[in-house]
Amino acid sequence: MTNSPASQPIVEFVDVVKRFGDFEAVKGIDLEIMPGEFIAIMGSSGCGKTTTLRMLAGLEAPTEGEIRLDGQVMNDVKPHDRDTPMVWQSLALFPFLNVRENVEFGLKMRGVGPDERKDRAMRWLERMEIEQFAERSVDQLSGGQRQRVALARALVTEPKVLLLDEPLSALDAHLVIRMQQVLTKLQRDLGITFVYVTHSQSEAFAMADRVVIMGDGKIAQVGKPRDIYRAPANRFVAEFVGRNNILTGTVTELAGSTVAIATPAGTFTVSAEGAALPAVGATASFVIAADLVHFSPDPMAEENSVECSLISEEFVGSVMTLFLESKDGTEFKVQTQERVLANIDLKATGRFHLGWSAASAHLLGE
Amino acid sequence: MSGRDALTTWVLRFYVVLVFGFIFMPIVASVIFSFNSQRFPTVPLGSFTTEWYTAILNDPDIWEAARTSILVSLSTSVLATFIGFCTAYTDYRFKFRYKYGFLALALLPPTIPLIIMALAMLAWFAKIGISGQVWSIIAAHTVLTIPFAMAIIRLRLNEMDESLEAAAWNLGASEWRAVKEVIIPFAKPAIISSMCLTAAVSFDEFAVAWFVSGLNKTIPVVILEIVTGNIDPQVNAIGSFVFLVSMTLVVLAQILFMTKGKRRTVTP
Repeated sequence: MTNSPASQPIVEFVDVVKRFGDFEAVKGIDLEIMPGEFIAIMGSSGCGKTTTLRMLAGLEAPTEGEIRLDGQVMNDVKPHDRDTPMVWQSLALFPFLNVRENVEFGLKMRGVGPDERKDRAMRWLERMEIEQFAERSVDQLSGGQRQRVALARALVTEPKVLLLDEPLSALDAHLVIRMQQVLTKLQRDLGITFVYVTHSQSEAFAMADRVVIMGDGKIAQVGKPRDIYRAPANRFVAEFVGRNNILTGTVTELAGSTVAIATPAGTFTVSAEGAALPAVGATASFVIAADLVHFSPDPMAEENSVECSLISEEFVGSVMTLFLESKDGTEFKVQTQERVLANIDLKATGRFHLGWSAASAHLLGE
Repeated sequence: MSGRDALTTWVLRFYVVLVFGFIFMPIVASVIFSFNSQRFPTVPLGSFTTEWYTAILNDPDIWEAARTSILVSLSTSVLATFIGFCTAYTDYRFKFRYKYGFLALALLPPTIPLIIMALAMLAWFAKIGISGQVWSIIAAHTVLTIPFAMAIIRLRLNEMDESLEAAAWNLGASEWRAVKEVIIPFAKPAIISSMCLTAAVSFDEFAVAWFVSGLNKTIPVVILEIVTGNIDPQVNAIGSFVFLVSMTLVVLAQILFMTKGKRRTVTP
């Protein structure tokens, strides 16, 4: 990122709580977003991510706490007095206006005259490569084109922060990838802050500088996508990120920064680098990313190993996921490139040895 | 597609024709007799004539009544649609205590027998000293037709993506501005449709108009006065004219409501 360390956060949530009647949707979140950052708020439905975004847009008022935008407390500022345009999940394009009029809407509300409005709208339509549709009705456009209209409409007022609420969820897979590139490039070029809410891990990890994982109205972890993937802070994040092996057992030995944990599937060593060391006898969980597990039909000389039988396999593109089970019934997942498996007859072999280093296992906090 | 046999199909078709025949035959008969030269509505018909139309065109009472009717129905349609829109928007947008009570009150008028409504209006208008004027008919008709206006506009608002209004706020529109720039344009087909329909209802309405109109008779009131005196084929001519006006308005309302309804762009 290009921010100087001295720059102020553009968005701050300070202990923000949102209650709807008896239901607590957001349970006290603290978050700072820096200028020019692409931040993704990710969680399953009902985790409070959309409420968080709506509070930032002023569509919901926080019950407790403070939301600051560019240093100013925004709690009681009406939505129309904020400069936080949003790209909606439904896109919310105005069906009674044509493409250009949709894009002009924000300028019109700000009292910009018709000629300037048209010029600025057309510039954005050109930038989004849809200027040839300017005079069309919005329902004559394809999904991807409508997406671009929604982006142009939100960006035409040149805001400092753009809010995006699952904008790609209605598109089909290859368009999603295409729009991800459009969004990432746009954000780089404009240098403005994107706050992107999604339930899709691939969208969040592909685009965001930092990812906020939310669960049950709270922030479970904030970090770079890689860090969240390799070093989930707790069991919730590890399970949410998926494609992980999560094992739980009793700590039997501490040797330096390595911990030995006895699980039903066997005793394994785990690096506790950077984490608080648990006490001997305590219960501890750790996670091994599925792509860091090696496997072979023959026993192997790894720090940790376990023998498993193959249950099933899943094949997506060039990536293969194997689902295995150890003798005691613990499930393991292994992810590998399809070509690695080309020479192995999975069905005939049936039994495999899995192995991983202590360093590739990551101790979970609770 | 379904395995329905030909006989069932024909029976059903016959049934539909029968139902529409039952509804429209009296009107068709009335239109036919309005061009019939005989004084009494009997078959066989006499010769073709337009004398009854000429008669009503030359009758100043009918002209006076037509003017009153048009004034009443236009004013009613504007007032009822305005209040109906406000009621529909209130229901669409806000949650509040006793909302069901509010809605029940707003939708109540059609459930009251017209004659009771008419008597109550007469009594009330007389009490406050405004009975027998053109705008007492307008007030009474507005009360009667608000629920229709409200229902039509409410249905249209139901079709609206609920993010649309919030999107307008988000782009800098105040709440009033969003109503002007988003809600009204979106509801426009329903608003026009509601104006046509309330105008048609008011134009046709007899019972209430008869009670509260006093000397400002509307067309339906004049028709009754003619038929109570004697049998006069003029009634058929006026009836055909009223039917034409109302049907035009109703069909217009329906066309507007249907065509615009299909063109919605709400994504799931």
